[in-house]
Parts: sequence; structure tokens; C-alpha cells
Amino acid sequence: MALEPLIPDEVLHEPTAGGVDEGELTEALSRNQLVWRRFRRSRSGIGGIAVLLFLFLLAFVGPYLAQWNYEDIDPTAFLRPPSASHWFGTTQIGQDVFAQTMRGLQKSLIIGLLVGLISTSIAAIVGATAGYFGGWVENASLFTVSLMLVLPDFLIIAIISPRLQDASWLWFVLLLAIFQWTLTALVVHSLTLSLKRREFVSAARFMGVPSRTIISRHLLPNMASFLIIDATITVGAAVLLETGLSYFGFGIQPPDVSLGTLIADGTASAITFPWLFLFAGGLLVVTVLAVSVIGDALRDAIDPQSTARAS
Amino acid sequence: MTRYLTRRLLTGILLVFLATTLAFMLASFTMQPRENYLSRNPPIPESSIDQKLDEVNQNDKTPVFQRYATWISGVARGNFGLTTEGRSINDEMGRRIGVTLRLLFVGSVVGAVFGVLLGVWGALRQYGYSDRIITVFSFFMLATPVFFTAVLLKYGALQLNQLTGRQLLYYTGETSVGLTGSAWTLFVDRIQHLILPTLAIALGEMALYSRYQRSAMLDVLGSDYLRTAQAKGLTRRKTFYKHGLRTALIPMTIWFAFSFGLLIVGATFTEVIFSWPGMGAWFIDSVRKQDINVAAATTLFTAVLVLFSTFLADVFRAILDPRVRTG
Repeated sequence: MALEPLIPDEVLHEPTAGGVDEGELTEALSRNQLVWRRFRRSRSGIGGIAVLLFLFLLAFVGPYLAQWNYEDIDPTAFLRPPSASHWFGTTQIGQDVFAQTMRGLQKSLIIGLLVGLISTSIAAIVGATAGYFGGWVENASLFTVSLMLVLPDFLIIAIISPRLQDASWLWFVLLLAIFQWTLTALVVHSLTLSLKRREFVSAARFMGVPSRTIISRHLLPNMASFLIIDATITVGAAVLLETGLSYFGFGIQPPDVSLGTLIADGTASAITFPWLFLFAGGLLVVTVLAVSVIGDALRDAIDPQSTARAS
Repeated sequence: MTRYLTRRLLTGILLVFLATTLAFMLASFTMQPRENYLSRNPPIPESSIDQKLDEVNQNDKTPVFQRYATWISGVARGNFGLTTEGRSINDEMGRRIGVTLRLLFVGSVVGAVFGVLLGVWGALRQYGYSDRIITVFSFFMLATPVFFTAVLLKYGALQLNQLTGRQLLYYTGETSVGLTGSAWTLFVDRIQHLILPTLAIALGEMALYSRYQRSAMLDVLGSDYLRTAQAKGLTRRKTFYKHGLRTALIPMTIWFAFSFGLLIVGATFTEVIFSWPGMGAWFIDSVRKQDINVAAATTLFTAVLVLFSTFLADVFRAILDPRVRTG
């Protein structure tokens, strides 16, 4: 290894206009178009989207293709390995593992998306409010965040879980969201601090625009890229947290299933009947993987600098 | 620096106090220790249930603030109270803390050291084969929850044991029960039990650290001062390891602090799945048994650990970054 270029390849090749087709150079591109163009060129990003769409299709259409419902019991097949009739095999009491896995996948996907959306919204509102107003609002918010960082979200939700036994799963979603926003809020807070000193914010303030509008119209849209990326990452984290809690029976309650409860049920006999947990586990890994790959590609598309620097 | 650390310590104590209070209050509202007695057959008269619950300070008929006052004044004197079965939490905790700390220590050291090495290796060979393999590995590991890793490891170990026809790796407990022999036999037995649980938490850690370390290292590799150092005649290797790595480790201290909570949760899964009698397994047990005192005590332990890890991160950062030391 003699001289390695000190500037990584991407810096040199990263298109300011380079990636745009020749004929379109004159045409002005909106930011969204540019981002989409860059995203489309990332093979892993497109792959991630394709996989995620496929998973959604599988989860919501798949059950109609198979002949079994997730609550059905086939008295002629107990603990059978995968076959033509039971694609993923059957459980101890003759439930169809495919139908159950699809049902679990549905739950995990929906929960992940909802939590990502809610938690990032909370983070944006709390972080921006704290940063913009300062004073006691800021102190109180930051103190709450540091308190919540001391307590792993898993522990708190587990402690609350005995009350969730009979509640709707939407409460569980809300709980997950309430304990996931802290780190994001810290970043939003520091972004707000630097944004609020900019001229356009001062100008708006001097024109008498109310604070709420300044936050929603001027501050948050300016960190939209960060928020989008973060929401994606949160989806992955939420799926992992949800399945973890459900694994111990602290999340989704029977008779409903999630990928976590399925893996938990399969673990007991995992050693001899691997089909009970392998499919659910595999789909879980693929789901989180797809989401994180999309997040990475989004970050590269929205902020090309980050590619040049890292990953 | 000392004053800064002292202030952090004081805030830390306040945070632990608040976190524990919060955990106790929440647990008191959500958990019903009484339910443990209600389903007994023959039914126990209410008065004796009350008496039992009073003995362990978990009677829901006593106002929650009164129970809290009793509990916290005990904790202040180093007495964590009794479990719902009436056993001393202190005794049990003494046994369990060691188990958890051993697992966390070995796991985080293995995870951090190998993660950092993988990250540096990948950064130095950016887009090479080994870099790609490490990247794919870490993406997969980051998407795999600890409980799934643990179950897979268990499954793999069984296959390995069957293949070699010997009990190479154990996947239940910390040591073989009733094993006697020389110190060496006992040591080997311990290692055989330790490998899988350590891997279960360290693999995820490794993946996380290698990603961050790689990007931190790439940041540094592009910097001017490294070029200057090379221009002045230092060898590539020396600039990377003496100047580059040290700087690239600074942001890692922050990630260490933030990822520690995740590590503790991971250890909780690991303890349950490999049947290690640690604090995490006890916490899970306490939620299932609706034991308020145990849930609060284990939460307190976790809060102390998390804060200790941020404290440790501060110290590491001070060692690595002279600006922190003097400024």
C-alpha cells in the first residue's frame, strides 16, 4: 500500500450534478427529486424497499393463500415438519405455523410503523419546544430525558405490563412510543438551538408569527431529513423492543400473536422442532434488516456528506 | 475535572433516587401481589393474606405513600426489604449481582474490544472484501434480537455437541451442579458454561461498535493532521494507531454510555435463556410474580449500573481527550 487517496472515492464521485442524466442538466430539480434520484441509485435502498413491500404483501395477502387460519387447529397433524399442506409445519396442538407467523408478522410490522411515527413526533415536539422556548421548559424536558435514559425502556414497560393483560394492543403501542423518543429529542433539541438563531426565524418572530407556527412551519421542516431517517431507525428499534417484550409475555397477549410470542413459544422445543421458531425468527431478522438498510440509504440520499465521511 | 465529576456524581445520585421512586410507584400501581394468594386452593382467609402481605410491606390496603416511606427508609439504611415469599432481598441480591456483573463485564469487554478491532480493520480496508464481510455481519447482527441469537447459539451448540459426541458447550446454568474435581476441572467447566451467554450479548455489541468505530475511524483517516504526520515521516501504521485510533476512540466513549442500557437488557434475555441466576432473570421473575420490592430493587441496580457506565465513559473520555482534562 503506497499512497492511498486521502479523500474517499465518494467525495470525488459524489455528484453535485454528476448523477443527473446529461440531457436534464439544465432542468432545475427540486430537493425531493434530487433525494429520490440519489436514493434510486442505491441498490441496497431499493432492495430494502422491495423486501419490505414483499413482507407487507406476505403478511397481509399470504394468509389468504393458505388454507389455514391462525386460530385453526388441525387434529390430524401435531408437531409435523413443513409439508405441502402446512408450509411452515404445525405446533404441539396442531396450529398452522405459517398462518400464525403471518399473523405475527402483521402485528410486528404495524406496531413498528406506528411506534416509529408516534415516537418521532413526540421527540420532534418535545425537542423543538424545549430548544425554542428555553428556560424552565427546557430544563424540565432535559431532566425528564436524562431520567428516562437511566431507566431502560424495557424495564419500565415490563413493570407496567401486568396492567396490559386485558388492555387493547394499541395501549402497548402507545407505551412503546412513550419510552422511545428520548435520544431523538436530544438531537432535535440541539438542532433547534442552532436553527433558532438563524435570520429567517428571527424575521418570522419579529413579524409576530406565533411560536407554535414558527416551530411547525420553520423549525421542524428544516430538520425533516433527520426526522425521516430517525423515524426509520425507530421502526427497527421498536420491532426489536416489541418482540423482546412479547417474548417474555409482557407485550402482545394470547390468543393474539407477534413474532416475539411465536419465537418464545418455539424456544421451549427449539432444539428438536426448529421450524417452530426459525421462520418467525428469520422473518424478524429480515424485517429489521430491510428497515435499517432503507434508513442507511435514506441518510446517504438526503445527506450525501455522510456517505463521503462514513459508511 | 474533579469538580465536574463530583457534580456528575451528585446528579447521578439524584437520578437514581428518582428512578427508583418512579419504579416503586409504578410497580405499586400495576402489580397485585395479592393475586398470588387468591388462586390458592383451599382458599386462604383474607385476614391471613393481609398479615402475610403486611409482613413483606406489600399490602395494597396500606396507602402507597406509607409503604414507600417504609421501603425507602429501609433502602437508605441498606435494607431492600423482603420478597413476597418473605425472603431477604439483600441475601438474594448478594448472590445474583456477582452473576450479572461477571456476564456484563466479560460480555462488554469482549464486545467492545473485538468491535473496535473489526471497525478499525474495516476502515483501513474500506470497500475491500473483509470490510464488506464485516459490514454484512454487523448489519445482520444489529437486526437480530439477543433472544434469537441466544436460541440459535443454543441450537448450534447442541448440533456441535452431537457432532463431536462430547459435551463441549453447556447451555444451562453457570456451572455444572455437583461437579467436583481439581480447580482446573472447575475452571474449564465454568468456561464451557460462559462461552455461549457471552457470545449472545457480545455479538450484538461487536456489531454496534464496529459500525461506529468504522465511521469514526474513516472520519479521522480523512483528516489533515494524519496527512501531516505522514508527511513528517511517520510510518502509516504508526500514524493510524497512535494518532488515528486514539482520536477515533473519543466518540466511542459516548456510544459506550448510551449502549450500556441496551447491554443490560440483552443480559436480561441471556440470563433467562441460559438459566443464569442473575439480576435480570430475577427482574423478569418479579414481574411475573408481581413482586413490587424485587422489581424496585432490580430497577435500582440497573439505574446504578447505567449511571456508572456514563461515569466510566466520562473518565475514558478524559483519558483520551486532553481538551476534556484541562477544559
